[in-house]
Amino acid sequence: MSSKLKHKPRIGVFKFASCDGCQLSLLDAEDELLAVAGAVDIAYFPEASSRMLKGPYDIALVEGSITTHHDAERIQEVRRQSKTLITIGACATAGGIQALRNWKDVDEFVRIVYATPKYIQTLKLSTPIAEHVTVNFELRGCPINKYQLVELIAATLAGRKPNVPTYSTCLECKRKGNVCIAVAQGVACLGPVTHAGCGALCPSYDRGCYGCYGPMESPNTESLSSQFRILGQDNEAITRAFRGFNAWAWQFRKASEESERA
Amino acid sequence: MTKAAVKTIKVDTLARVEGEGALYIKLKGEQVQDVKLRIYEPPRLFEAFLRGRHCSEVPDLVARICGICPIAYQMSGVHAIECALGIEIDPSVRALRRLFYCGEWIESHALHVYMLHAPDFLGYPDAIAMARDHPRVVEQALRLKKAGNRIVSLMGGREIHPVSAAVGGFYKVPAKSVLKELEDELKWALDASLETCRFVAGLEFPDFEQDYEFVSLSHPGEYPFNEGRIISNRGLDIDVKEYEEHFVEQHVEHSNALHSLLRSRGSYMVGPLARFNLNFDRLPNIAQQAARDCGLRIPCLNPFRSIIVRAIELVFAFHEALRIIAQYEPPPAARKPLHATAATGYAATEAPRGLLYHRYELNADGIITSAKIVPPTSQNQRRIEEDLWHFAGQIASRPEEEITRKCEQAVRNYDPCISCATHFLKLHLEREG
Repeated sequence: MSSKLKHKPRIGVFKFASCDGCQLSLLDAEDELLAVAGAVDIAYFPEASSRMLKGPYDIALVEGSITTHHDAERIQEVRRQSKTLITIGACATAGGIQALRNWKDVDEFVRIVYATPKYIQTLKLSTPIAEHVTVNFELRGCPINKYQLVELIAATLAGRKPNVPTYSTCLECKRKGNVCIAVAQGVACLGPVTHAGCGALCPSYDRGCYGCYGPMESPNTESLSSQFRILGQDNEAITRAFRGFNAWAWQFRKASEESERA
Repeated sequence: MTKAAVKTIKVDTLARVEGEGALYIKLKGEQVQDVKLRIYEPPRLFEAFLRGRHCSEVPDLVARICGICPIAYQMSGVHAIECALGIEIDPSVRALRRLFYCGEWIESHALHVYMLHAPDFLGYPDAIAMARDHPRVVEQALRLKKAGNRIVSLMGGREIHPVSAAVGGFYKVPAKSVLKELEDELKWALDASLETCRFVAGLEFPDFEQDYEFVSLSHPGEYPFNEGRIISNRGLDIDVKEYEEHFVEQHVEHSNALHSLLRSRGSYMVGPLARFNLNFDRLPNIAQQAARDCGLRIPCLNPFRSIIVRAIELVFAFHEALRIIAQYEPPPAARKPLHATAATGYAATEAPRGLLYHRYELNADGIITSAKIVPPTSQNQRRIEEDLWHFAGQIASRPEEEITRKCEQAVRNYDPCISCATHFLKLHLEREG
């Protein structure tokens, strides 16, 4: 992309329903931040700057899910203004933890939290960005991996394919030399069905993967559910395991609904 | 008498705050007629979907309320569940949790002091523009921030939503030798944080003081993190379990964040200024001396000087982290076992932005049946609006651009965390005159 651009590429960072953690990853890239800021024009990034320039943008980094009518309209405008739209994180890519409402009555949820529900405007579903507009790349993770973000920005600017593998967390875990905690300790671990990217953190910290990078390319959730049963997990626990930060990603959604019915 | 014209000052997207909020101020002449801090961050309904989840999932779930202070949520969460289940944590685990919290305070305060708040004082839109004129300052800021993040990622695998916190302790605790690796950088950072104090003490502060009720945790022997009674400068002194008897959440139309108020007295302030004013004598000598060298009076009643207090808390956090590392002995087990029982648990801890209260009701299987979470920004919201009523009036004769800029700065005194509070900012100044 950059070779064709006469200006510094303009980047916009947009937030929808989220915790801000994924855009914070950019500020957490302490060693790379000033280099990135030198290579691009950060035209719109309200969390970091009161200088907010209008589009068009060469790259839009979109964090968060769509949960209000206003946001459903705003994402259309972000898409119109942006050449390349990249979603960052589980909320933007899969609806986030707030998608747990999708199985419940959202009006009741609002009544639980707010004394005057009529002041609150929210949609029945929390949905990923791709359900609303065309997305050019989805970066996974809750939160995203900052090194993958820097790689993705560099690749997009160079017009090449980013090096972001789609295999499972298991592969990262094996490569790290971890002893498999599912096999050795009988711990329920979502590693076999979860997208790589975190560096197999949870198993490295003596716990099972909880799927925060969402489903890998072709996950065998059915087989893993059976394995979880062998390890003594009941259907409620299996439903909860798939119903986490990427609950609305269709593969995990299917798995949680199957165990819920079973 | 001529009729004074109405002026509206509005900021539709407040910058350099975490989350989405707007500010609306209406002035008639030099009289403030309305102030609204409008929080339009969409609600994510955590307290509702926590119902039906297992109590062991709490640290992972509630971390996602906030990407800047996930550890605060994890700590209030695990302590509340441990309170419910009667789990006594090992003293080494307690020390490790303080270290973990030091990492988050450092990362969050360094971000706010240098990247979100300092640009207001020095007249830059952001830290990146500031770096062009003050490269050394920004490079030092990033290195300080990184030192905090290093503690977090070493103990929890990553800076944001770390994975090690567990009910009863940690999933895995670090070896002594691993923590020792942090020492050299933390020693540099302790010295550098004293420089931060000198840097922020040299900024220019508006002449503005308010008669605040400050609220924070208080512990007999320590500057508060995870434990203590809830106290104020107006006689409040309660156990965490009594929190809801004394504080009430109010739902106002212009905000998706609930306003938390003292039942008997209304607005109050939580956060660094409150902690500092109420717990100054618990700070280590090096931090007390730094505060004196910065010319801070106790109590400090100027919210703009909270940037200095955050720098003092940086000194404290680096000093405390080094102390904990020097004395650390790993606990016999990473965590105590969890035995589910029907119970209710309460906890409050000191998030970087102030008191963070959690309550959970559990059934006999350890499933959550009710949850209540009161974040610091909910508690400060009314106080921010009150500051603006007074401050906007004080500067009402100035040009509109300056009023807008200074009012935004006044909001940032509180380092508001809007994602947290939504369960926050645009400035909208309407002016008559």
